[in-house]
Amino acid sequence: MIDLSNKAGFDLAARNRAEWRFRLYGILAIAVSLLFLLTMVGNITSTASGALKRTEIAIEVDLGADNLDPDDLRAAPWGGIVKQGLRDMFPGITKRKDKKLLYKLASPEASFELEKIVTENPGLVGGVHKIWVSASDDLDLFIRGKVDPDLPEQKRRVTDDEITWIKSLENSGNIRRVINWQFLTNGDSREPEVAGILGALVGSAWSLGVCFILSFPIGIGAALYLEEFAPKNRLSDLIEVNINNLAAVPSIVFGLLGLAMFLGVMGLPRSSPLVGGMVLALMTLPTMIIAARAALKAVPPSFKEGALALGATPVQAVFHHVFPVAMPGMLTGAIIGMAQALGETAPLLMIGMVAFIVDIPTSIVQPATALPVQIFLWADAPERAFSEKTAAAIIVLLFFLIAMNLIAILLRRKLETRF
Amino acid sequence: MVDSIISSRDVNIFYADKQAIFGVDMDILPNKVTAFIGPSGCGKSTFLRAINRMNDLIPICYMEGCMTIGGQDIYAPEVDVVALRAQVGMVFQKPNPFPKSIFENVAYGLRIHKMAAAKSEMDDRVEWSLKSAGLWDEVHDRLDQPGNSLSGGQQQRLCIARAIAIEPKVILMDEPCSALDPIATAVVEDLIDQLRREFTIIIVTHSMQQAARISQRTAFFHLGNLVEFNDTKTIFTNPVDERTQNYITGRIG
Ligand SMILES: Nc1ncnc2c1ncn2[C@@H]1O[C@H](COP(=O)(O)OP(=O)(O)O)[C@@H](O)[C@H]1O
Ligand SMILES: [Mg+2]
Repeated sequence: MIDLSNKAGFDLAARNRAEWRFRLYGILAIAVSLLFLLTMVGNITSTASGALKRTEIAIEVDLGADNLDPDDLRAAPWGGIVKQGLRDMFPGITKRKDKKLLYKLASPEASFELEKIVTENPGLVGGVHKIWVSASDDLDLFIRGKVDPDLPEQKRRVTDDEITWIKSLENSGNIRRVINWQFLTNGDSREPEVAGILGALVGSAWSLGVCFILSFPIGIGAALYLEEFAPKNRLSDLIEVNINNLAAVPSIVFGLLGLAMFLGVMGLPRSSPLVGGMVLALMTLPTMIIAARAALKAVPPSFKEGALALGATPVQAVFHHVFPVAMPGMLTGAIIGMAQALGETAPLLMIGMVAFIVDIPTSIVQPATALPVQIFLWADAPERAFSEKTAAAIIVLLFFLIAMNLIAILLRRKLETRF
Repeated sequence: MVDSIISSRDVNIFYADKQAIFGVDMDILPNKVTAFIGPSGCGKSTFLRAINRMNDLIPICYMEGCMTIGGQDIYAPEVDVVALRAQVGMVFQKPNPFPKSIFENVAYGLRIHKMAAAKSEMDDRVEWSLKSAGLWDEVHDRLDQPGNSLSGGQQQRLCIARAIAIEPKVILMDEPCSALDPIATAVVEDLIDQLRREFTIIIVTHSMQQAARISQRTAFFHLGNLVEFNDTKTIFTNPVDERTQNYITGRIG
């Protein structure tokens, strides 16, 4: 009888063991990477969950004529009105020091919020109204149980008096928690309770727009020429090697180049998405060219040959038969390059996109910051509430990165099956 | 005797410093099928590609000697290679339809050479080409489908239709049946015989039976030399050179 079992010799036992061992290593490697990934995502989401909601406090404000002039709302003493409202809710507080503490229950931005609400609803003028404004970050932390009341008073950011006031406000229904949409619609602020990422998002969008407009046509043009038309000689070899080297150059070097060239020599506006986009384009170009060349290389040469044999000119052969087939691959490469650029921080620091900017940029020449730089700035801020904002901003950044990569994958699938 | 349409005189072809074709003189007659046979690597494809200057695409490849079509030196400086290739079409070993629809595959040459102004003219010419390539009946109801949705044999006939659409004088075919099964091969062979009436056909084949079946003239290449060139019947029944004899009897392969 012929032995076909695993005891048939041929060193089968050892070979099968090696087989299993290798599979085990592979599974272990994947498990470890998944563990790291889950730890990171879990940590970020749990930190960011604190930024999901914000705390508001209701203040009885007197918008009567002795406080403001209906025809000139801008000049009204909004800060004073808020403070008066707070004092009115706690008439027992008389000492100057205590009053100052009391005012701190509301965010320093509360006066601006009040002004905005009244300007948008002029009907409020003249009466006494209960208005919801942002609470301070300390109140927010306390409400969420992030302040341990058992600690000695000097060691916590909320004093015993404040705790009593907050409790009484809570009992009278003057504190509420709402979804923090402001995080997506506000610009940056010194006060974590009102700080948002719209400014950074818009700054990133402008920069990426500039980056794409510059690097996509240049990258594809260069790739097409190098791959399809350039004579293959020492010079083109040299260019190829240098493009590969450029792709490996640390991004901060491109930042320095941008600082010297675009700001120093050309005098373009500092901190602007225009310069940011140009620097990112420098950085993305090599990646873009390499991806585009790979996409062009993957097109079977028989298409081009077939067209040339029919009497197409080289440019016709390339643009009619090679370019369209390579396009999905080139777009995918471009989007992946863009995703890289979106996450890039260092070169933007060099050209000044790291400034504290409250206003949402409305053009590519206004000072702006970018998402990763905003994360960097917030991570550096001393206020505890900013660490939650940092995590939330990271999630927004990750969301856009994943979305871009997803678009790249879908695009490739959709266009590639065209035929 | 009929005048030749293509003549080569003392053609030498080199890849860098390696010579692939040695001093070939050849006269190819119009409206005949000429077959190039010979062992693999003997230079059949190289010589064939010299006729429509496809070798220009290989940077290290250069040619010496004279190659004429209709009396014109095709390597003369005033020759535009686009015009040459519009007159000398080519069908490749592996069917290579463009990644476009069947219709667009055939229409492409007409479009780039602006040979069909109106849509109806375009439709007519595409239909004529597909009919001439014996493909019309199989594809007339799905012209908008991708060219590579066809079977291998149909794809190759599509490539032939694409080549004849612009009505070249000569069609070069480099082992057009080597990727096809015997039935598809037979169909293409019949087609080649049909096309001979309107075109001059030069076909490279590694199959001696195929050369015997479809060609009127056969050229035997060996190690870059044109050993023997004569009527197909003579080559297969009464070869002059010993090497030809050895090859057709299977002693060199
Ligand atoms: N692109 C090329 N570069 C260098 N040498 C080549 C190239 N194409 C063909 N050759 C050489 O030229 C000779 C003839 O090749 P080819 O014409 O393809 O032969 P055949 O078609 O008869 O099989 C072979 O020795 C081959 O190695
Ligand atoms: Mg060959």
